[in-house]
Formats: sequence, structure tokens, C-alpha cells
Amino acid sequence: MLYPRITPCLLVHNKGLVKTVKFKNSKYIGDPINAVKIFNEKEVDELIVLDIDATVDNREPNYKMIENLANECRMPLCYGGGIKIASQAQKILSLGVEKISISSAVFDNPDLVREISTEVGSQSVVVVFDVKKKLFGGGYDVYTHNAKNKIKQDLLELVERVQDLGAGEIVINSIDNDGLMNGYDLDLIEKVKNRLNIPMTALGGAGVLEDMGKAIDKFGIIGCAAGSLFVFKGKYKAVLINYPNQEKKNQIINNK
Amino acid sequence: MIGLVDYGMGNIKAFSNIYKQLDIPHKIIFSEEHFKDVEKIILPGVGAFDHAMMRLGKSGLLETLNDLVLNKKKPVLGICVGMQMMAKSSEEGTLSGLGWIEATVNKFNKEELGDNKPLPHMGWNSVNHIEGNPLFKDIKSNSRFYFLHSYYFKPLSKEYSVASAEYGDKFTCATSLDNIFGVQFHPEKSHHNGMQLLKNFSNL
Repeated sequence: MLYPRITPCLLVHNKGLVKTVKFKNSKYIGDPINAVKIFNEKEVDELIVLDIDATVDNREPNYKMIENLANECRMPLCYGGGIKIASQAQKILSLGVEKISISSAVFDNPDLVREISTEVGSQSVVVVFDVKKKLFGGGYDVYTHNAKNKIKQDLLELVERVQDLGAGEIVINSIDNDGLMNGYDLDLIEKVKNRLNIPMTALGGAGVLEDMGKAIDKFGIIGCAAGSLFVFKGKYKAVLINYPNQEKKNQIINNK
Repeated sequence: MIGLVDYGMGNIKAFSNIYKQLDIPHKIIFSEEHFKDVEKIILPGVGAFDHAMMRLGKSGLLETLNDLVLNKKKPVLGICVGMQMMAKSSEEGTLSGLGWIEATVNKFNKEELGDNKPLPHMGWNSVNHIEGNPLFKDIKSNSRFYFLHSYYFKPLSKEYSVASAEYGDKFTCATSLDNIFGVQFHPEKSHHNGMQLLKNFSNL
């Protein structure tokens, strides 16, 4: 049986790990390598690491940092941040990373998805959509540059387009729910998932494992990613890297 | 000494990281003469079948590799596309495979999988292996391994199948014939079970 993936998502800012609320107010969490070591011990399903400075600062991915992370990672690693061309993706994968994620560069040039997937294979190409509810009308807008730039294209059309161009996975990140720990936007997930025949991962809003259980109940095989849930403990959000053991994961997967 | 074949299409680093941690001698092979003191060979592979076959063909390693595996009977472990390359052909491409095992590589059927089973087959799946294969020593049947692929290895004879997983139908996820071994999943990214498997290979 294929298990739903339960994935911590870590944000890198000024070389440290941070956690945001609605993409703002970043709080320092700790050292990235240290976190990876703890997640190794906890045998996490996979790990997403996003460098949230690279695109905003208009600079190349930090290959040294990526290599250091990949050297430690004993689980599949997805890296995102600052990737604009296929050769950068290739270089990152050669450092021992399984998947690369792209976002803003795709909306400037959707063909990039085809270029990268032809070179490295669809299975390694993830497209991340940062989305926010429209003020009126109930739809969703796509944003880049840490929720500063709005893209003038329809979310669902874009999702289908990048799938057709060869993306291997879609991550939907809810800006509205980021850091709130009140649960996923299941409506948003459903809308996107209905358009997809490639794997999808939901990010933004999970506050307890049961939030992931709800998504798994409803959608079956789906990736459930979270930041706050796996780096904070308790009402006052004390920093504590944590991750459920297999037994706990089975409980939410089987809904017991 | 374990040789990790580097023809530009695999996550070599992930394997050397694990063997380093296990303190097992290993080296990266990117030229024929590197094979000299190698007792066992790992053939990784990520990406498209034809691309991988082409790169291996151009690497200048193929002749020695065939000789070591087919004549000198050195143990070899193909991983993901590395396993698929051991077949005769693949639906993913037009180039011939290495043909070390009578097998083809087929694509999962989207219609049969239905809407709830996306492709690629991505994530952790339980692996059921037959008793007694040395590759799975001290690994419980039904253990979880990490998969990331859209094509699967289909041996002509059941005898070559030593483990299976289920995605829609059951498919072969580990093969073995004499000194030749292959796994579809990624032991280098499958925590303690994967590490055990890579250790078992080194003890063959």
C-alpha cells in the first residue's frame, strides 16, 4: 500500500530556519543542519526546504548550503528557491537532492517546466503555487516573491498547464492559512486536485495531525506538508522539532 | 570495495554518504581503470531510460561493466532506472537495455490506476519479499521503502522477482538472477531499511 506522505517544510532566511505567519513575521527556529539531523532520527517521509530569500534577492541558489543539507539528509529532499534555468536544477540534483521546486520563474516562462523535466525527468520537478483567496468572488490568486507579486493568470488553468508541460508534482501553499495552525483549506485542495493526475501536496494551515487526517480521509493519496506543526510545541509556540512515529501516522491514515 | 558507477545520471552522493556512515569501503567510478579493485558494483539511475542508456554508452564504462557482470560474475545492484536498464527494453524509450535479465519495462496504465492513484508513483510503499534472498536479510516483509517512478520492471519469469509492491496491481520491485540484483525503490533514501539493504549488498 502506498502511504500518504507527511512532510515537514522548512524555510531558510538569512541562513537560519524561520517560520512565518501569512508569509510575514518570520520567527527564528534554529540551524537547518541541526533540524535535518533530528528529522533523520525521526525517519520523516520526505523534507521540503525552501530558501525564501533567493528569488527576492534575485540571486542564484546557495549550492554550498544545499550540498550540506543533502549530505545530511537520509530521506528524500525537495529544494526550492531561486531556480530559473534547467542547468541550475541539474546542478542541484547532482548534489544529492531528489526533487527541485520552482515557482516564480515558471509564471514568467511556463516552458521552463518542459525544459527542466526533459532534462532531469518529470519525477524530480515540483511546481509550488502560493495562493490567496480573492477578496470577492470566491476564487484564488497566485502570488510570487513571498506573497508580494500577484500573477495575472487563473490558478486552475496554470495548474493544468504546468501538468501538461511535464511537472511531476504540485504543491499548493495557502498564504491565508500559513502559520495559523487552524487546518488546511480543503476547498482549495479539492479544486486543484480535481484537475490533476500527478501527485499533489497541501501546505499551509495544519496545526494538529488530525488536520492531515482530514485531508487524507477526503482525498486518499495526498502529500500533507506543514511547517509550524513540526517545529512548534504548545500554546506559546515553543520551538521544538517534532514528528509523529509510524504508529501515530497509521492512526491518522486509518482514521482510528 | 564497492564501485558506484557515475555516468552522470544518478544520485551517487547519496550512496557514498550512506557507505561512509556505515564505514564500508567504496569509490566512485567514472573511468575504466577505477574498476580495478572493485568487488561489487552499484548502478544508480534517475531520469529517462533512453537518456540513461545513452549516457552509459558514452561513458566508456559499458564494455568493462558487461565483462565484470556477465563473465566475472561480480555482484551488481541496479537502482531505480539502474534496475530498469538491466532489462531488454523499455516502453519509455527506443534504445535497447543492457539485457542482463529477460525483462521489459512497462508504463503504469493510467486508466487502470484511476483518478485516485496519480503518476508518478511517489512515496513510501510496503514491500513484500520472498524468504531467503540475501538482499533482504534482517528486513521484515511489509517494510516501507521510498519510490519515485512511472515505469516498472516486468521480468519474463517469476523466478527473477524477489519482492513486490502494490500500486493498482502488484509489480516486481526487486529482481535477482545469480550475481545480478535490482531494486525499483531508493534504498539510499529509505532510512534504516534502505541502509540495511545496502549493508546486505556489501556483505554478499
